[in-house]
Amino acid sequence: MKSQFQVDENGYYGQFGGAFIPELLFPNVQELEDNYLQIIESEEFQKEYKYLLKDYVGRPTPLYLAPRLSEKYGGTIYLKREDLNHTGAHKVNNTIGQILIAKKLGKKRIIAETGAGQHGVATATVCALMNIDCVVFMGEVDIERQAPNVARMKMLGATVVPATSGSKTLKDATNEAIRDWIGNPEDTYYLIGSVVGPHPYPDMVGRLQAIISEEMKWQLKEKTGKENPDTVIACVGGGSNAAGAFYHYLDEKDVDLIAVEAAGLGVFSGESAATSQLGEVGVLHGSKTILMQDEYGQVVEPYSISAGLDYPGIGPLHAYLNESSRAIFMNATDQEALDAAYELTKLEGIIPALESAHAMAVLGKMEIKNDQVIIVNLSGRGDKDLETYIKHLKD
Amino acid sequence: MSKLKTLFQNKDKNLCSVFFTSGFPNLNDTTSIIEKLGSNGVDFIEVGLPYSDPMADGPTIQHSSSVALTNGINLDIIFEQLKTIKDSNNTPLLLMGYLNQVLKYGDEKFCMQCVACGIDTVILPDLPMIEYETKYKALFAKYGISNVFLITPQTSEKRIRTIDAMTEAFIYVVASASITGAKGEISEQQIAYFERIKAMNLKSKLIVGFGISSKETFNTVCQYVNGAIIGSAFVKFLDSKGVEKTDDFVKSIIG
Repeated sequence: MKSQFQVDENGYYGQFGGAFIPELLFPNVQELEDNYLQIIESEEFQKEYKYLLKDYVGRPTPLYLAPRLSEKYGGTIYLKREDLNHTGAHKVNNTIGQILIAKKLGKKRIIAETGAGQHGVATATVCALMNIDCVVFMGEVDIERQAPNVARMKMLGATVVPATSGSKTLKDATNEAIRDWIGNPEDTYYLIGSVVGPHPYPDMVGRLQAIISEEMKWQLKEKTGKENPDTVIACVGGGSNAAGAFYHYLDEKDVDLIAVEAAGLGVFSGESAATSQLGEVGVLHGSKTILMQDEYGQVVEPYSISAGLDYPGIGPLHAYLNESSRAIFMNATDQEALDAAYELTKLEGIIPALESAHAMAVLGKMEIKNDQVIIVNLSGRGDKDLETYIKHLKD
Repeated sequence: MSKLKTLFQNKDKNLCSVFFTSGFPNLNDTTSIIEKLGSNGVDFIEVGLPYSDPMADGPTIQHSSSVALTNGINLDIIFEQLKTIKDSNNTPLLLMGYLNQVLKYGDEKFCMQCVACGIDTVILPDLPMIEYETKYKALFAKYGISNVFLITPQTSEKRIRTIDAMTEAFIYVVASASITGAKGEISEQQIAYFERIKAMNLKSKLIVGFGISSKETFNTVCQYVNGAIIGSAFVKFLDSKGVEKTDDFVKSIIG
């Protein structure tokens, strides 16, 4: 029987998902829907995808037993080291897969949106690798606060286009990318960076990130003989690293899945990105999900110290995991994430991305049993956030 | 019978429609813009419902939406404004907005408000055909509201025929595979596309939108289809010349 957590034939997870797109995008999305599964499941694709993940990205990423963290919080805490991927985060798992799909579809030009710049860099990287034109849309505000990533994208040969509308952040960059795609329907492939957007994107990106939990499974067994951990923790903006970390455990009901959202200055402070707490059912960027909106359905600007988590919605799979209580949704404030980042750095010598630091931050909010086995998905490294870390560092 | 259907029975050539963003340039300009457009011979009017994330609109309309939202416009105010001219206005009105606005307002409440304002046609560009058929068709029918579908140069013939069968008002023919915004001229490829659609002998009226900005472009497309919609060009005009000069704009197109 098909899992209830897999997308259904109409592109839905429960009531969430679908493809709410203008007719102008219908042929593009239809082309992708007609082909993505066949391409992903083909031997040719799998061979090249796995080869690039191994020799180019550096997979498998280690499943690292964090001894001092375990000592502090109890239980056995493992870190899935997605931060050690080429380009510094899990994002590249997806861009490697989608660039191969785009090539197979004969596309000549890649467009992408980016918030913190991690997905933009991962996209620009694979475009350099495959010699395909790359245009990355990025909010003007994010361009300012993530300057090193902008420079990296340019060095990789990508054109970075500032999104100057709305809040000038990720959601506006996404709007601009969609507009570009509408205007260039035939030669252009839209390489979405998270498990958001119209069907089949959430499913496709989820499948490409599933390598994370695929590796966790055999790595944990190799280390402990256990089939499953008790708990898997991942941060959620749009939700791609969480989708990948949860993927192979969705039907394993004895595994607790914890999704961690950014609470900004506090969930109810008015400066937050905790969508599951503040959002209601609506349509955003082509899918039905829960999103932060006002009483007239206008999208509310989210806030987080982390540019990768300040998205007003979550992917439709996560909306369903939340509604069905399959995943537990927790959150961490800016300060809690900063504290968790400093702590991880001191205890284990690992500087996490601010996004991943949100996932680390809930360890202190949980009651952890001595025999509990926990995997935290350390989705990215902190190089890009050094300026923020230095600014907030107390002696 | 609806005003729009009556209009289409009496006129099937050179139909001129104008789009504007409600609440722009000022919160309370909505009714005076409608009056001026109607009295100058515009056949039907698209009332834009400003949205924070209008993914099918270009920069001009997005900017106007953003200004309108800052002005404090919302669906309740728009419906109140439209109710005040329900009896005096004879020009058919359509609402154009995004699905999330309708969802959040309440599907049924939205329909009831449309009826209260004498509106029977809506354009929701991000409401796909399959969602319309499964979730909205029956509801809209209950309130006598019809939905306008868009087609583009990439829409397959089979899909156009399906859309034609479902259409009660007209088919919105997107002039180019592009977001809204005045481009200035009609290309040979676009003409070939209009001729291809025309040759399909569809039952629905065909109204072209996107890129219609002048008398010349309006007249050109009207040779092939039943009419055209002017959007960004008028919004841009309002921004620079103001509501008072609306007469001049309409005359520059159909005068």
